[in-house]
Amino acid sequence: MIHEFDVVVVGAGGAGLYCALEAGRKARTAVISKLYPVRSHTGAAQGGIGAALGNVEEDRAEWHAFDTVKGGDYLADQKAATLLADEAIGAVYHLENLGLPFNRTPDGRIDQRRFGGHTRNFGEAPVRRACYAADRTGHMILQTLFQQCIKHDVAFHDEFQLVDVFIENNRCSGLAAVELATGDLHVFRAKAVLLATGGFGRLFRITSNAYANTGDGPAVLARRGVPLEDMEFFQFHPTGIRGLGILITEAVRGEGGVLRNRNGERFMEKYAPGLLDLAPRDMISRAILTEIGEGRGVKGDRSADDYVLLDASHLGKDVIAAKLPEISDFCRTYLGIDPAAEPIPVQPTAHYAMGGIPTDDRGRVAVDDKGTIIEGLYAAGECACVSVHGANRLGTNSLVDLVVFGRRAGLDISGYVGQAGLPDLPRDLVDKGLEPIARLRERTGGPAPEPLREKMQDLMMQKVGIFRRGKDMAEAVGEIEELRGHYREIGLLDRGREFNTSLLEILELGNLLDLAYLTACSALRRRESRGAHAREDFPGRDDAAWLKHSLARLDGDRVEIGDKHVDISIWPPKPRKY
Amino acid sequence: MKIILEIQRFNPKKNQFPYFQRYEIGAEPNDRLLDVLMRLQRTVDPTLGLRKSCAHGICGSDAMVIDGHERLACKTLVKEVASGDGAVVRIEPLRTMPVQRDLMVDQGSFFAHYRKVKPYLINSEEVREKERLQSPEERARFDDATKCILCAACYSACPVRQKTNAAYIGPAAIVQASRFIEDGRDRGFEERLPDLDFSDGVWPCVNFFECTRVCPRSIKVTYLINLTKRRITDYRKPKGDNSRAKPG
Repeated sequence: MIHEFDVVVVGAGGAGLYCALEAGRKARTAVISKLYPVRSHTGAAQGGIGAALGNVEEDRAEWHAFDTVKGGDYLADQKAATLLADEAIGAVYHLENLGLPFNRTPDGRIDQRRFGGHTRNFGEAPVRRACYAADRTGHMILQTLFQQCIKHDVAFHDEFQLVDVFIENNRCSGLAAVELATGDLHVFRAKAVLLATGGFGRLFRITSNAYANTGDGPAVLARRGVPLEDMEFFQFHPTGIRGLGILITEAVRGEGGVLRNRNGERFMEKYAPGLLDLAPRDMISRAILTEIGEGRGVKGDRSADDYVLLDASHLGKDVIAAKLPEISDFCRTYLGIDPAAEPIPVQPTAHYAMGGIPTDDRGRVAVDDKGTIIEGLYAAGECACVSVHGANRLGTNSLVDLVVFGRRAGLDISGYVGQAGLPDLPRDLVDKGLEPIARLRERTGGPAPEPLREKMQDLMMQKVGIFRRGKDMAEAVGEIEELRGHYREIGLLDRGREFNTSLLEILELGNLLDLAYLTACSALRRRESRGAHAREDFPGRDDAAWLKHSLARLDGDRVEIGDKHVDISIWPPKPRKY
Repeated sequence: MKIILEIQRFNPKKNQFPYFQRYEIGAEPNDRLLDVLMRLQRTVDPTLGLRKSCAHGICGSDAMVIDGHERLACKTLVKEVASGDGAVVRIEPLRTMPVQRDLMVDQGSFFAHYRKVKPYLINSEEVREKERLQSPEERARFDDATKCILCAACYSACPVRQKTNAAYIGPAAIVQASRFIEDGRDRGFEERLPDLDFSDGVWPCVNFFECTRVCPRSIKVTYLINLTKRRITDYRKPKGDNSRAKPG
């Protein structure tokens, strides 16, 4: 079945919906998503969205931009980070005007709270910058944007899984997707395609990410020769619920919560004497693993499932009820504890991909260091890499990213489709795109997918996790190569066509394996430590050799990695101390 | 320990009637039931159909009927439903919606009813580059309703929808309407009135409280339905109109 639209948006999280609202004003726009719209993972974001409104104390967009650059260990593109911080302010007001129920100050304005790495006057002290709706800010953004899509009658194709994107001569002409309800393959011919497929935390065993976060957009593009940027930078959030990885928002620490080891010591005093528990996430995750490694975890046995404590009991019942009700609910449900009475057992959890599909600041996919774009192809949100997060994203900036760049992409698309014609669909590309599913359906037997998934998640966790070593990563690359080989032999055991969730899971596993491969290869190549990429064999940051983005291109069984310059035109790089 | 999952299976393309299939599977007391179901699907029976995503109770994908009650599988721990070795847990799809496959139901009518109540802020007054002011007290008034994740547990559990009026718009749609009616920034009460004040609108509810009992977000659903009824009768009182202020 062939559909024709001006614009097709893939993914119905914050970036996708924002883009659809903007583009949909003038152009025939469709949103396809493998989930129902309100199920997307934007809804899981908790603590807040950063914007220098200055509602409770002095703040400036310039400070927000600087914090973003420093938080990213100087790998963020500085003009893009400035744009992010400037436009965050208007974006937050716009969301409020659309009905988003932010918490309020006594005088009725949007309330703001502290978050990791956000400071006043270029690092002096923490600043209250995070605008929030209790600890379900992402849920409220997703709901508000979906509500607007209903109001403006945006067309949705629910439960369509992306299979391929058609690109020829640097021009995108559409995409292929499989419909869960029928098993049918659909081709969408479009002037512009925006990928907003979210993150890929399911690469790792312990993650805060949804089952759906399998990086479908970046993986599909990688197989079509689009290089992926900065794949070696993957953020571990320091406070996931022990064992489950469920996120415990940084807002717990923003409101005054404290991390402690088995001796009751506030160990962040050693690692970040200035910002303490509000240091950036990469530093705190490493601090926790160091404490555990030196026998000061709660169990004290230095094991992979050892943990530390996040103590919020001194905040009192009222603060927790008003500002952190979801966290309270998670603790009751999954741990059987009340955070107002007892500390929360936490360990780092794979959380956010700083890398992804390289784009410019209008969301256009740019494939090389010269800024060559693929006409008609866009990306925004976590799957994209502008780059505003550099080597480590600051808390609240993911929500800023998706509203600012979702909107910017939507505006650019709106202008572009006004003057562009509907491209021809190259028949051979379409046939090639539909082939893998046909092959999967024909094959019976072969290896079971589940052991491959478990193997991948374990080795990514152990060998390409928080602390990395060349030897481990080289092994990981080899093992992933093997897993990719086995994957090609997988057959489909569920032979039904309708609502075949097994088929989708196998496609997702293929996407994850390709991204695991690109991540491990990129990490192995970067011989320095920067932000979330921490190498025991190269512990220092090396600006002379490595102050550059990486662009990793998948070519069948090989990965070629090139460089892309970093914009450091505003703040010269300095050592990163907090 | 080993537990028994007794799961309702139904593929409308293949089966004339739904049937139950029993699976014995290993589980830890602190596992989420969703983890066990996913392990079952991934290692034992790939044909089992179910939806899931966030796995911690915020996306609303995995509502189902567990031992007779609507719950999210990801917010249900094994120890809450299985006392020990050999314990049986019965799992069925949500009610009042057609089954698509096993535990997956067609939520089309649920979302259609939700869309019908105009679940978005209605206010065309201009604001320029600033927020609309709202006191913390005004904000608190509609807080409960903003927690809704549209999981359809209440829609499934409602005895009115199950037995007497399948056309009733259901609890979630009214909660969503209430979220805006109680928001001082909204101006859409009169616009929404026709979609609430009619025989399948707010009035079929007769306070069974099942919606409140099953809500995985602990929203006081029945209270919000009654509050909405009261807003409608209060609106009509000065006009001397009480024509449809009673159920039916």
